[in-house]
Amino acid sequence: MEYINIIFHETYKILFLLVPVLVSVAMIVWLDRRVWAFVQKRQGPNVVGPFGLLQSLADALKYIFKEIIIPASSNKVIFIIAPIITMTLALIAWAVIPFGENNVLSDINVGILYIFAISSLGVYGIIMGGWASNSKYPFLGAIRSAAQMVSYEVSIGIIIINVLLCVGSLNLSDIVLAQQNIWFIIPLFPMFVIFFISSLAETNRPPFDLPEAEAELVAGYQTEYSGMMYAMFWLGEYANILLMCALGSILFLGGWLSPIDLYPFNILPGAIWLIFKIVFLFILFALVKAVVPRYRYDQLMRLGWKIFLPLSLTYVVLTASYLFYFNLLPVN
Amino acid sequence: MIAHAIFFYIFSLIAIISAIMVTVSKNTVHSVFFLILDFISISCLFIMIGAEFLGMIMLIVYVGAVAVLFLFVVMMLNVAQQKNQWLLSEDSSGHIPVGLIISALIFFELIIVIGGWKYKPNLLESTNQNLSIGLSNTHSLGQILYTDYIHIFQISGMILLIAMIGAIVLTFRQREGVKKQSYIKQISRERSEGVEVVDVTSNKGVKIDD
Repeated sequence: MEYINIIFHETYKILFLLVPVLVSVAMIVWLDRRVWAFVQKRQGPNVVGPFGLLQSLADALKYIFKEIIIPASSNKVIFIIAPIITMTLALIAWAVIPFGENNVLSDINVGILYIFAISSLGVYGIIMGGWASNSKYPFLGAIRSAAQMVSYEVSIGIIIINVLLCVGSLNLSDIVLAQQNIWFIIPLFPMFVIFFISSLAETNRPPFDLPEAEAELVAGYQTEYSGMMYAMFWLGEYANILLMCALGSILFLGGWLSPIDLYPFNILPGAIWLIFKIVFLFILFALVKAVVPRYRYDQLMRLGWKIFLPLSLTYVVLTASYLFYFNLLPVN
Repeated sequence: MIAHAIFFYIFSLIAIISAIMVTVSKNTVHSVFFLILDFISISCLFIMIGAEFLGMIMLIVYVGAVAVLFLFVVMMLNVAQQKNQWLLSEDSSGHIPVGLIISALIFFELIIVIGGWKYKPNLLESTNQNLSIGLSNTHSLGQILYTDYIHIFQISGMILLIAMIGAIVLTFRQREGVKKQSYIKQISRERSEGVEVVDVTSNKGVKIDD
């Protein structure tokens, strides 16, 4: 009986986290299109619901009623598993994101490593989808995407080391609490810029959306997918983007902390501040999509390996020496 | 405790079955996917015994990086068709005894390890590491690696670096006649270099590309 109680309690908590995440994914798709349209002096989706807010719901309805086509020569099991994996991985990483002090689903000691591991698993959904389609364009897109994600993970990992040197803990709540005096974006500003660009590449966002470059590869790994399975890839992708925004705001923008710890600011609950920061980062993502042209593939690889990796490694040495020299290393 | 045991048996069952499927499955890409499943369930087992850092590192390094390269190689080489005929073909006969010897060696090593643990049950407690209970997993691992074994740790890092450089040197070949693009040249190109304004005389035209 006790087990059943625990299971019900946990399911309730998980639903309370996942339903808002899924709804905000739908909202963020709308926001993305609106920002994109705003930059290009268009209207964007504005018909369904007030300001077009329900556009994503209408899209989802359309996808649900479309037929799922599975290519005859595809590897059927892997073809079906691939979008499921993408979406599951994009959602389970939210378990460790802290929305306030003691307001976490699972407050584990190695939270940041968990998120890093889950985001490095994300490449499998894409590779599996691309390979199982048994078609040229998806396969090329999958290979491009895998190479890109593996390269940019390296620099993201080293940037995370920079932050961890200043915190002395792998727990995400500890990382936020360490920023009570100063947000890490101020001492580690170059790292924040590199993190932002790397997370664009990690989530296959423009200008690094080569895996699905429509001029070259039709739709990359999603070419053969249709109906709800395509929508699941889509949802997973946007949930991943939201996750990277959340990670960026936790690592550099002080997570749930208010910018100034004074009366009018700190009456808002922490979750609201975190959401503000996530939306701010997402608007930056959307602006980049609208403004910057697509990279060439060899330049993308060069940027990852020859510029970001040495830069972030140098910054690790600098941070470590600074902390060591001024005796600021966190000791617990 | 019962829930713990149930999860342990689920994960170890998945690990064993997928390890068998790695060798049995006919499609090579499927074998790699089973290998990945095996890695994931092993890291779940690591997390269950409290070695959370090891489990996560296992996920990041093996599943996130090494297995991706495996998949790359297997998908590119297209060995899926070759695998079935290989065991029956003539050139496999030379490799089978060597493979058997190596697997027998590994098997006996495993027996020795398990035997040692049976023979001396308090083997783990007899090590001279005084692990303090209050520290987190990551912290105590870092303390042991970077204070007691720092030299060995750095030497192994050096060996890995040398191996990497060796592999790059061995596979590096300089091809002749390959066009290379200089990014600095491309970026620093200006309008005056690329565009030339010419007065064209009527009925004569201009000569370009000289």
